[in-house]
Amino acid sequence: MTLHLSLLLWLPALAGTLGLLLPGRLTARALALLGSAGALGYAISAVIDFDRRAGGLQYVTDETWIRTLGIHYKLGMDGVNLFLVLLAAGLFTASMLWAASREWERPKLFFFHMGVGHTAVLGALLAQDLALFVAFFDLMLIPFFFLTGIWGPARTRVTAVTKLVIYTLVGSLLMLSAAIATAVLAAEQNGTELSFVLSDLQKLRLGAGTQDWIFLFFAAAFLVKMPMFPVHGWMPDGYRNMPLPVLAVFSGVLSKVAAYGFLRIALPLFPDAAVQFQDLMLLIALASILYGSAMAFTTTEARLILGYSSMAQLGFIVLGIFALNDRGAQGAVLQAFNHGLVVAPAFFVLALLAARAGGSEDIRDMGGVALRAPVLAVLFLIVALANLAMPGSANFVGEFYILLGVFQDKPVYAILAFTGVALASVYTLRLFIRAMHNRVGPRVESSDLKVADGLVLVPLVLAILAVALYPQLPLEKGEKTVVASVAAARDLAGPPAAIGATPVAQPPKPVSGAAAWMEAAAAAEAAAAAGGAPGVEEEPAP
Amino acid sequence: MNGRKLEGPAIDFAGLSPLLALLGGAVVVLMVGLLRGRAAREHGVPALSFATLAASLGLTIWQLDSSEELVAGALAIDGLGTVLNILFVSAGMATVLLSWRALAPRESAHGEFHALLLTSIAGMVVLAWSTNLVTVFLGLELLSIPLYVLCATEMRRATSLESGLKYLIVGSLGSAVFLYGLALIYGATGSTDFAGIAEANSAVGLSSDPLMLTGIALSVVGLGFKASVAPFHQWTPDVYEGAPTPVTAFMAVATKAAAFGIFLRLFDVALIDSATAWAPALAALATVTIIAGNVGALGQSSLKRMLAYSSVAQAGYMLAGVVVTSGLGVRATVFYLAVYLVMNLAAFAVIIARERETSLGDDLAAVEGIGATRPVLAWPMTIAMLSLAGIPATGGFIGKFFLIDATVDGGYAWLGFVIVIGSMISLAYYLRVIAAIWMRDAPAVAQSTPVPAGPRPALAGGSPEGDAGPGSVALGAESPPAQAGAVVYGGEPGGGKAHWEVALVAVLCAALTVAAGVVPQPLFDLVQRCGDAFTNLV
Repeated sequence: MTLHLSLLLWLPALAGTLGLLLPGRLTARALALLGSAGALGYAISAVIDFDRRAGGLQYVTDETWIRTLGIHYKLGMDGVNLFLVLLAAGLFTASMLWAASREWERPKLFFFHMGVGHTAVLGALLAQDLALFVAFFDLMLIPFFFLTGIWGPARTRVTAVTKLVIYTLVGSLLMLSAAIATAVLAAEQNGTELSFVLSDLQKLRLGAGTQDWIFLFFAAAFLVKMPMFPVHGWMPDGYRNMPLPVLAVFSGVLSKVAAYGFLRIALPLFPDAAVQFQDLMLLIALASILYGSAMAFTTTEARLILGYSSMAQLGFIVLGIFALNDRGAQGAVLQAFNHGLVVAPAFFVLALLAARAGGSEDIRDMGGVALRAPVLAVLFLIVALANLAMPGSANFVGEFYILLGVFQDKPVYAILAFTGVALASVYTLRLFIRAMHNRVGPRVESSDLKVADGLVLVPLVLAILAVALYPQLPLEKGEKTVVASVAAARDLAGPPAAIGATPVAQPPKPVSGAAAWMEAAAAAEAAAAAGGAPGVEEEPAP
Repeated sequence: MNGRKLEGPAIDFAGLSPLLALLGGAVVVLMVGLLRGRAAREHGVPALSFATLAASLGLTIWQLDSSEELVAGALAIDGLGTVLNILFVSAGMATVLLSWRALAPRESAHGEFHALLLTSIAGMVVLAWSTNLVTVFLGLELLSIPLYVLCATEMRRATSLESGLKYLIVGSLGSAVFLYGLALIYGATGSTDFAGIAEANSAVGLSSDPLMLTGIALSVVGLGFKASVAPFHQWTPDVYEGAPTPVTAFMAVATKAAAFGIFLRLFDVALIDSATAWAPALAALATVTIIAGNVGALGQSSLKRMLAYSSVAQAGYMLAGVVVTSGLGVRATVFYLAVYLVMNLAAFAVIIARERETSLGDDLAAVEGIGATRPVLAWPMTIAMLSLAGIPATGGFIGKFFLIDATVDGGYAWLGFVIVIGSMISLAYYLRVIAAIWMRDAPAVAQSTPVPAGPRPALAGGSPEGDAGPGSVALGAESPPAQAGAVVYGGEPGGGKAHWEVALVAVLCAALTVAAGVVPQPLFDLVQRCGDAFTNLV
């Protein structure tokens, strides 16, 4: 079976453009929805059809785009991006569905930008050419500039979104120069033709010194986009000013594209630099976990709780990637998928909560919603438990793999990162309790889920449950290529780590040791969750 | 060749035909401008200019593959010349469309306006084809002097006159310095011919000769004035702001292309062996230009001033392509010139349209809220701004990509980095325009054009030959005659639609900008021709 990825890629943008041009009040939303749903269907069939035993790229489309510069229009899927493409298609479809049942000023334009954004994100995920990736990565931001600037809820939206775009494009432009330097220098050093195709560049490894600055430029772009701790300045304002369906995909998908960039580009192309800066990246990840968690349980704005919690979760993903071993990378990919799947419904629930709390998104104004909205409360509970990586959820498996990977070579980081796991249950349950239970807020008028909103939420929650029951699916499908993407860096990092680390850190003993450690932590966490949840569950019941 | 020299130079008329068409057209247009019929002047003259330019374009394309000397070593047609020719003539066609119903030609008489425009383009063509210091200077003056006049063609507006005068003074200074530099180069090498200069330079090794170095420095300064390279860019914002907007558009794109054409020829052909002397200096100038232009643009509320500073910054980007002294650099510069042309023309066309529709002139407020009210103008402006900022899917992205590619390839990776820094700064002001278009509501006054209290109500009564009243009626044919006297920018009273030809230019240029970003290969193939003039380059 041949799947033409171009079709998957361009369908949403095409639908959005048609919607913009054709007359009719409902045409735009119907078409946009169809476009995204088509992409989702395509992504699902790709996941089913994907051959996990075959290594390398599948469904490759390879055309010369700009001959003079050696840039190819090359798309392909492998284990690294397979489930992220599915996630992007799924979340955009959910978001379109959500937006379609609401009124927007200038709706055609709204759905046009959503469609273009969808295509750009898919493009960044599917691109197998460095220049094409950079182009889509930069382009991705532009629809979100419009979506936030025009339809954002707060008055400060234009300044906030300008800040967001400049912040993130600064990183992206650094990446642009680094990408060009990668290809030009690779061609120069090896005397080959200029080519931006990733598989070509992978064969022409740059000198270690050159790799360093190029890697840092790429890392800057990715870290800003996620965002990670020192470069997250745009995040609070940006999150406050985005319309919720837009924020759901922004937080759910765009940040994952950055994490994906590390696996697709930074590690395979600049393995020496990745090893060189491993500690730096791990420290940044750790700082993000701790800072994000601390902020998430001090702020009262529900959006920012989710925003900072995403920051912490992305910290885990980066931690997994820069464990520079198979387990860590697999955990990172799984966790990227899980987190997207969790954070998007969380934002949708947040919108429903705000609607029931007189429009306020401050958790102090919420409370007592669960009593009259049992279905909503159940759905939110599942999302919340997945977010805090309850054992049994796929997030637990993801974090487990990540921490296992880090523990192998860098046990100190792993131990510190565990606090993040514990903190996650604190801030997630705090959000759940304050919103759903506690005393009924002054302006709260609770009512249960409407069917239209249920249509968005229920499938997402079912997807969470499905992955929780069967996390092997993403893990196994991706295993071969994910492992390959860290192979170069792992092989470089491996020998010195083995010499440097204590004899205890040798397989197989540390694995089992770590596993035991993990299990203990998980049990403690489960106890904390169990102790927290029922206690509050009872409170509003009488 | 030597035998025939006694009989006078051999002239290749076929090769010269694009230039001859322009000069002949200029004369015809000047004559037609004297006809008494209003329609002949107001529509016949622009139509004839357009036809002249179209003919010249056709002849250029006919000569696309020729590469030969035209007039005894004074002019030569080659890849760079023809490609630049296409750019000049296209810019000219757009300018004719933009000024078709503008105020400037009505005030200064249509014949003269268009004849000056065609002459200026002829000067650019001479400049782009010249292979000799004498023709370089001839071309430069032939292009500059009509432009000084064109800047002042809105004769009843003080800022237009000021703009013309400023440009005249600064431009003459630049020309004088340039001429001095050329004279010194001639003195050092004993040849006015580019090939001769290069030969003398490589034979004797003049790279450390003070006469030669002074000559190079002075010509950099002179060309710096023309191309608005910092620190010789101070005139740019004032002149751009004061000149009639169609003229500004023409100046911004065509003059820049001509100046960079000669930058490439002079430095990458004639002076290539002194590259070690001038390349670092030009690199420093490029850096200063990029920073000065981008920082200067940050605080501007006038769109024309903003684009003026942005054009300074873009000149810095293109200068990077000259610095690297490689065939790749030449092609990247020409590629960027082509992209620069379409994206700026789109932006200027929108400014012109809004000047005619509102009473806000070229202020940022004039485009506020047009995303909802005037999508035909909003999209081209948005695309132009995104492209100027270098966002993917536009020509600006590919252009910058190509330039950075050339800088890294030429060993000036840090200059590529400067381009990137410049682009970061530029985002702030380009995004501001996009935010104004889409994210603000239209100001209440914006749509009310024909207010009697407009900026220059007294103007209508006193246009040349006293025909402003009926002329305005003809322009705003569907409007009630009672309002005709109040037309300010020659627009349709009532603030309804922009003139279709202006919108056409905007949409067409925006479409080309996107095309250059999505399917750039044809443009790459076109600029590939530019390499043949640069035999000394890798």
